[in-house]
Amino acid sequence: MSRTSKPSPSAPKAAARSAPAASKRLVILVATRKGIWLFHGDAKRRTWQADGPHFLGHIISHVQLDPRDGRTLLAAAKTGHLGPTIFRSTNFGRSWKEAQQPPAFAPPADGLPARSVDHTFWLTPGHAGERDSWYAGTSPQGLFRSDDGGVSWAPLPAVNDDPQLREWMGSAQDGTPDGPKLHSVIVDPRDPLHLYFAMSGGGVHESHDAGRSWRTMIKGMEVVEGFDAATVTFHDPHCVRLCPSNPDRLYQQNHCGIYRLDRPDDTWQRIGRKMPKRVGDIGFPMVVHPRDADTAWVFPMDGSTVWPRTSPEGRPAAYVTRNAGRTWQRLDKGLPESQAWWTCKRQAMTVDAQTVPALYLGTTSGELWIGHGEGARWSNIARHLPEIYAVEVGELA
Amino acid sequence: MKVLIPGALRSYTRASHVEAVGETLAGLFEDLDRRYPGLRFRVVDEQQRLRPNMRVFVNGIGVRELAHALQPDDFVAVVQALSGG
Repeated sequence: MSRTSKPSPSAPKAAARSAPAASKRLVILVATRKGIWLFHGDAKRRTWQADGPHFLGHIISHVQLDPRDGRTLLAAAKTGHLGPTIFRSTNFGRSWKEAQQPPAFAPPADGLPARSVDHTFWLTPGHAGERDSWYAGTSPQGLFRSDDGGVSWAPLPAVNDDPQLREWMGSAQDGTPDGPKLHSVIVDPRDPLHLYFAMSGGGVHESHDAGRSWRTMIKGMEVVEGFDAATVTFHDPHCVRLCPSNPDRLYQQNHCGIYRLDRPDDTWQRIGRKMPKRVGDIGFPMVVHPRDADTAWVFPMDGSTVWPRTSPEGRPAAYVTRNAGRTWQRLDKGLPESQAWWTCKRQAMTVDAQTVPALYLGTTSGELWIGHGEGARWSNIARHLPEIYAVEVGELA
Repeated sequence: MKVLIPGALRSYTRASHVEAVGETLAGLFEDLDRRYPGLRFRVVDEQQRLRPNMRVFVNGIGVRELAHALQPDDFVAVVQALSGG
């Protein structure tokens, strides 16, 4: 008996999702605990040519391809003993140059404790109309912007040095074992001044003036039992995504469930309650469909007892909703059926924008998977890589 | 003065031993950064602190203060407590 629930999109929705664009050359960008691998695909996404390792031995938190030129790569790197930096390539990784001024906090002000960037965790290309602009989120939590394609980075003081935000961030002592992180930096495709970001811990926030001021968006989000949901520091969003086809819709995978937010409403709706009880709605990645705002994917993990952070019951699966969270279907065809105790970090699952999109999944055990047919059929691309921290897919120019 | 560069930083210097100047350890790293751009930030953070797991020995004596005074004929060894697992 198949354990897979096949997607069954309605006819109107299937029509809405179809894209006229021809297939472009795809590259999967894999950031690992020990370096970068690039996988170049054929037109059918059936065979993949590995290019790597780049920066063998470096801890790479994120690699991004600039969608505005289809050729510039930025990589967030450090090693176990050297400080953090950013590497940049303008020829698909054939050569790299280091940033002249990597993300670094300003000297302490107003009596706040001094902080040092441990690693850059998240990279977001800026607005399509702001060529060479990028944002970076760091650990401990900080937000930075580059206006020269990642060569030099400036801290955004309205976040990094705001006493209220600093209180919500807590210290490294308060954070998760790999360090507290600022992530999910999102630029509204309609307005370069409109930004979102999230902090683990420290909630979800929004700016309408390119980061000069912020408002907090935690209404409806739950916190661990026994704690006060009105206290921002207790909120731990794991991953927030904006729907490209409806920028007023956001999805969020949180420490405490899966949520959806439809602006201008500012109250998150918990949509993970309909997930199977034995699986739950805890996890890290959140993936949204490139053309259908009702479709989104999650990859649940075991968040029970001591937080094993494995696939529930050792049976990994993605789950998809095709109705904005009212129902969820399991997608595990091709994935191991038992005794697979890996899981997926928050940046390690993504989707391409092809006519029929495929999902991409990097595991904590160093496996790279593709989910053809929007996750309906999984097949393995690579095994035996180092622990995978992030997976992105880009279209080469 | 002579400076011993650890393997992890030789992508900057392309050599295990280099020459640099400085009246203090902080000044020495500034000079190293002028000669080998980017090296300093991998060793000294933005709050002017030696990064964790970095060790510096001056004439064989371990030093952690970047204000430590140096003489032109000192021998400075930069090493790391290798980490990463």
